[in-house]
Amino acid sequence: MEDQPKFPDLTDEERKVLEDLMPDELPEIITSGLKRRHFLKLITFTGTGLLAAQFLGIEQLMARTTTGAPPPPIALENGVNVALKINGRAQNLLVDSRMTLLDALRERLALTGSKKGCDHGQCGACTVLIDGRRVLSCLTLAATCEDRVVTTIEGLAEGDTLHPMQAAFIKHDGFQCGYCTPGQICSAVALMSEAKNGEASYVTRNVRQAGKPVKLSDEEIRERMSGNICRCGAYPNIVDAIREVHGDKAVAQVWQFADGTI
Amino acid sequence: MRPFNYSKAGDPATAVNLVSANPGAKFLGGGTNLVDLMKEDVMHPSELVDITRLKHADIEKTATGVAIGATATNALTANHELIRKNYPLLSMAILAGASVQIRNMATNGGNLNQRTRCTYFYDVNMPCNKREPGSGCGALKGINRNHAIFGWSEKCVAVYPSDMAVALAALDAVVHVEGKNNAKRTIEFADFHRLPGDTPEKDNNLKQGELITSIELPTNDFAERSYYLKIRERSSYAFALVSVAAALSLEGNQIKQVRIALGGVAHKPWRASVAEKWLTGKEATEANFRAAAEAELKNARPLEHNKFKVAMAKKAITRALQGAMQGGVYGLEG
Ligand SMILES: Cc1cc2nc3c(=O)[nH]c(=O)nc-3n(C[C@H](O)[C@H](O)[C@H](O)COP(=O)(O)OP(=O)(O)OC[C@H]3O[C@@H](n4cnc5c(N)ncnc54)[C@H](O)[C@@H]3O)c2cc1C
Ligand code: SF4
Ligand code: FES
Ligand code: FES
Repeated sequence: MEDQPKFPDLTDEERKVLEDLMPDELPEIITSGLKRRHFLKLITFTGTGLLAAQFLGIEQLMARTTTGAPPPPIALENGVNVALKINGRAQNLLVDSRMTLLDALRERLALTGSKKGCDHGQCGACTVLIDGRRVLSCLTLAATCEDRVVTTIEGLAEGDTLHPMQAAFIKHDGFQCGYCTPGQICSAVALMSEAKNGEASYVTRNVRQAGKPVKLSDEEIRERMSGNICRCGAYPNIVDAIREVHGDKAVAQVWQFADGTI
Repeated sequence: MRPFNYSKAGDPATAVNLVSANPGAKFLGGGTNLVDLMKEDVMHPSELVDITRLKHADIEKTATGVAIGATATNALTANHELIRKNYPLLSMAILAGASVQIRNMATNGGNLNQRTRCTYFYDVNMPCNKREPGSGCGALKGINRNHAIFGWSEKCVAVYPSDMAVALAALDAVVHVEGKNNAKRTIEFADFHRLPGDTPEKDNNLKQGELITSIELPTNDFAERSYYLKIRERSSYAFALVSVAAALSLEGNQIKQVRIALGGVAHKPWRASVAEKWLTGKEATEANFRAAAEAELKNARPLEHNKFKVAMAKKAITRALQGAMQGGVYGLEG
């Protein structure tokens, strides 16, 4: 996937305003983008009335993302600029310090695959990968994600080719309503690399014996997937899907179409 | 969530200065506890100083043991070779807690500072001395099934929820902290967390602005015989009703040294020193494990709804010691 430029170019009007207000900072802004300290300074100007008419333009500049997410319409108390990569694309967001990564993904970037189940770390529906490791986006403040590489369910497939874990979930009917599924799949994808790295779990027979990779029993898969709750109870099929991707042997598909085909 | 200012600290001194200067400021680790409590409006800091980018994430050998960085994640710590080989009890305890996702986020410093899961503490419409000193304790005469059987006061009967800390208590860890003007000090693990007494709002003895930089584990010869047993209401991803960290070293079949700490029973990890004293020098037999557990639990003071914890803790101590005798292999036999 092609990278977007990390920061937008300035329009003439924006450049003029910044030149007037912050001549010293302009070159830095052009090369590395608007940073928190610039923002705070601009907010000070707003407070003293200096910005007046140009303010809207500045606000839009600060809020602008390279992929055209709509800018927030008003000045932000405690706004934080975050440059990060999401599903292979550079993003530059101005967020409220209170905004979680989950809300930023869903509300600002229209990446609604990650789900809000509980919003309190108790269900795993919001699981995404940050720098390759699975985390809960509902307890991650977006502001903390500067320079991070985020992968959501939308970023797993290669074009029209599903990620093997996605294909296995379909084959094994690893869901009913599907609400927990994006989190389950992201979690399961990370689980594969944890097993490859030889990471242990509470049910690992002997944690003293570090070795890689580990072969996952069903008990291991269940324990390691316990952070993802499924209210439909699709657990046995989820375990089958993971076993298939983890092992080399195909696991028998549990369902078929009414005409007997699979 | 209420408004707060967010900043990322590039070095420990900046972090310490910012949080020392503002009584409303808090360090932010993985956020798995603090962000949750802020959403519930149980905690409302005016400023968060993100310390996850500080260079305190290493796990390394020292002259007297191993030092674990405060910003290393729980997942990294549990899986580090130095820890798995030398302190398997700590790996087991960490891996018994939360979920992989949470352990990937949670930092060691944050884990020690996590707050109680008492439901009255979480519900801002309920009285709670810990959340709002002087408002009363909702759990004392309320639903106290998950609460303390040791060390509680009329002001607070909450338990401290960390699994990791139970192992650290058994392993005699030492907490290294840094305060203002580069003032460094160390706190013995037994002195880190507090009993509630008259000031349940204080979970531990850190001062505002003091940053945990590392946790040191002294060398021991428990690696071959230690076990973390966690009893909970579902088999995974739940807090402990009772947990036991047990470690033994033997001479023949005679107990040279033994360490036992309990989780889920008090406002801090509870070192079972009565049982330890009872067992030292004795034969490592099931009968002796049982007798030691009996002796320890004689001092328990259960509440209205948690009398079951007394019997449960006795059995759990015995089982955990047996687990240690079986070489710390998961899944107890017999
Ligand atoms: C659904 C769920 C289930 C869980 N289950 C378990 C479980 O079974 N067992 C268990 O043990 N835990 C469990 N946890 C708790 C989890 O382990 C803690 O939330 C986590 O360890 C806290 O670490 P953190 O880095 O995210 O802390 P944060 O939330 O970032 O911070 C917590 C506190 O620590 C302070 N702090 C952070 N770092 C430092 C430092 N270096 N120096 C001084 N102060 C610091 C912060 O200011 C804050 O007050 C669970 C959590 C959730 C959400
Ligand atoms: S037990 Fe402690 S935390 Fe729970 S309501 Fe009482 S004072 Fe609050
Ligand atoms: S929505 Fe994040 S864990 Fe439930
Ligand atoms: S498929 Fe419905 S919650 Fe899992």
